Amino acid sequence: MAVAAVSKYEFAPADTQDKFHGAQLLYIGWEDHLLFCSPFAFPFPATMRFGDIIAGVLPGVFGYHPDFAQIDWAKAEWLKSGKPFQPDFDKSLADNGLKHKDVIRFRTPGLTGIKGSCS
Amino acid sequence: MDMTVAKKKLGLKERYAVMTRGLDWTPSYQKMEDIYPYIAYEGIKIHDWDKWEDPFRLTMDAYWKYQAEKERKLYSVLDAYTQNNGHLNVTDARYLNTVKLFLSGISPLEYVAHRGFAHAGRQFPGPGPRVACLMQSLDEIRHAQTQVHAVSNYNKYYNGMHDFHHAHDRVWFLSVPKSFFDDAITAGPFEFMVSIGFSFEYVLTNLLFVPFVSGAAYNGDMAAMTFGFSAQSDEARHMTLGLEVIKFILEQDPDNVPIVQRWIDKWTWRGYRVLTLVAMMMDYMLPKRTMSWKESWEIYFEENGGALFKDLARYGIKMPKCAEQIALEKDHLSHQAWSTFYNYAAAANFHTWMPDEDEMEWLSSKYPNSFDKHYRPRYEFWREQAAKGNRFYNKTLPMLCQTCQIPMIFTEPGDATKTCYREVDYKNEKYHFCSDYCKEIFEHEPEKYVQAWLPVHQIYQGNCFPEGTDPTVEGFDPLAKVLEYYHLEHGRDNLDFDISEDKKNFAEWRGQATKNV
Repeated sequence: MAVAAVSKYEFAPADTQDKFHGAQLLYIGWEDHLLFCSPFAFPFPATMRFGDIIAGVLPGVFGYHPDFAQIDWAKAEWLKSGKPFQPDFDKSLADNGLKHKDVIRFRTPGLTGIKGSCS
Repeated sequence: MDMTVAKKKLGLKERYAVMTRGLDWTPSYQKMEDIYPYIAYEGIKIHDWDKWEDPFRLTMDAYWKYQAEKERKLYSVLDAYTQNNGHLNVTDARYLNTVKLFLSGISPLEYVAHRGFAHAGRQFPGPGPRVACLMQSLDEIRHAQTQVHAVSNYNKYYNGMHDFHHAHDRVWFLSVPKSFFDDAITAGPFEFMVSIGFSFEYVLTNLLFVPFVSGAAYNGDMAAMTFGFSAQSDEARHMTLGLEVIKFILEQDPDNVPIVQRWIDKWTWRGYRVLTLVAMMMDYMLPKRTMSWKESWEIYFEENGGALFKDLARYGIKMPKCAEQIALEKDHLSHQAWSTFYNYAAAANFHTWMPDEDEMEWLSSKYPNSFDKHYRPRYEFWREQAAKGNRFYNKTLPMLCQTCQIPMIFTEPGDATKTCYREVDYKNEKYHFCSDYCKEIFEHEPEKYVQAWLPVHQIYQGNCFPEGTDPTVEGFDPLAKVLEYYHLEHGRDNLDFDISEDKKNFAEWRGQATKNV
């Protein structure tokens, strides 16, 4: 619905991709690990290799959790916007079909947080 | 001069009529719609402004007299409190973080409320609501000022309060209360009155104001407590005005009912999301608790609010649908919020800590269905790690909800193990939400919320560094520069309470006051 207004009410969105200096936003969440209070936001170039995020970025982000070292990435299950998603680690974000402000999350079967509490 | 001299003093009622409605006039050479340009576009139909019942027959001269008297009392108590080093009588130094949260999160809203009521009052053609809005506008600026004065004494001794207004406009989590009020004051005058006058001041005020003031009383903060008493009669007037506004609008035209219902639904949810901060304050930040968040929601919303909506049923107004989800969240809200601030303790203007064993017991007794199962294991892990010198500081920026601007910390209604994700595609752009209700609010007015100043995105766009910062230099530390932009000093205003200067100083000063050193 349109905003009730006294005159024309149209404004440019604040977070379009052109404002991120060549990067696009990607949100990443780890299921069953709420010790990290919320999914994360990252500015990555669209050309970045997906595997480089796993190997180069996520250890610094999730590494505090004792479950992180036990992840078998071959078994991780991925969701994009809540639907099953198969990322190719050797391809770029763009070639994996990831666009600005997409949200992906991964589930690591068998790993359910501190004492199985999903923390 | 042929002035007629009044024979006798006017009665209260006549005096009120002369001093309010008697001051109004009908314009003869300007059109009403030019003088009141914002009164029609929201779709609210008012047929007779004279049907407005003034809840308080207060005239401006009496208003000044009452308020001046209250100010005199307030400032004499504040002076005495200051002269007697009252700050050393608070329960323990953790309490001061409540004061910091209040000063940077709530006091600036009082100022915006002042502007909002001044604006709304100017727009109403009826003299009754205009005068009522004028008085509330003055109350709100008085509250902002007296709160700042009541807290200023703490600022001499403790960290994090020095630039609260600068922080309010910039610090990531303060965009939550700020954007809430920005949303309200950029709405039309009727929506503003329903959002702030009714939903916030009437329905939710007992969940905001009472916890802070009774929290102050329980924890020896006489300054904030006295401010609370000084504001109490104003708040009572605001609540009555809020209720009168709703009844007046609803009685004027049946077409107003669905519009008002949508506003009540929206603003109950928006207000509740802001109260997330209060929930964690009540359950975690007060060394001596007054009651749990869950208990206060049950008393003030489910019981009192339930009775209110029963009363409004005769106008066709229903309890907001979101109340069902809020009831599901009441076992989780404060814990999820405190976990968030524990995560991001490096980027906030107050300290966080892990509850001690007694406090964990209190939490588990107040939250038997959720605390031990979902939160205790997390806290025990964090506590063990902190004891080993490995305190958790989350340094990666969170994903935020486009509407409430809170990080996506909330779980699925009914399943506390799954983060709740919602999204919408609008004009080739994706937007994300923490809940169905935040999503619905966006979908109703997407053009408004696509403009949201989301702190995380602003940081990534490079807009939250001090002027002249070059983020491309070798070894650039974004968090350090963001803190500089916030005017917060790393290691002093942020991080864990246990290693804070506040804790150390308070112990030392209280020691000097109570022992022979």
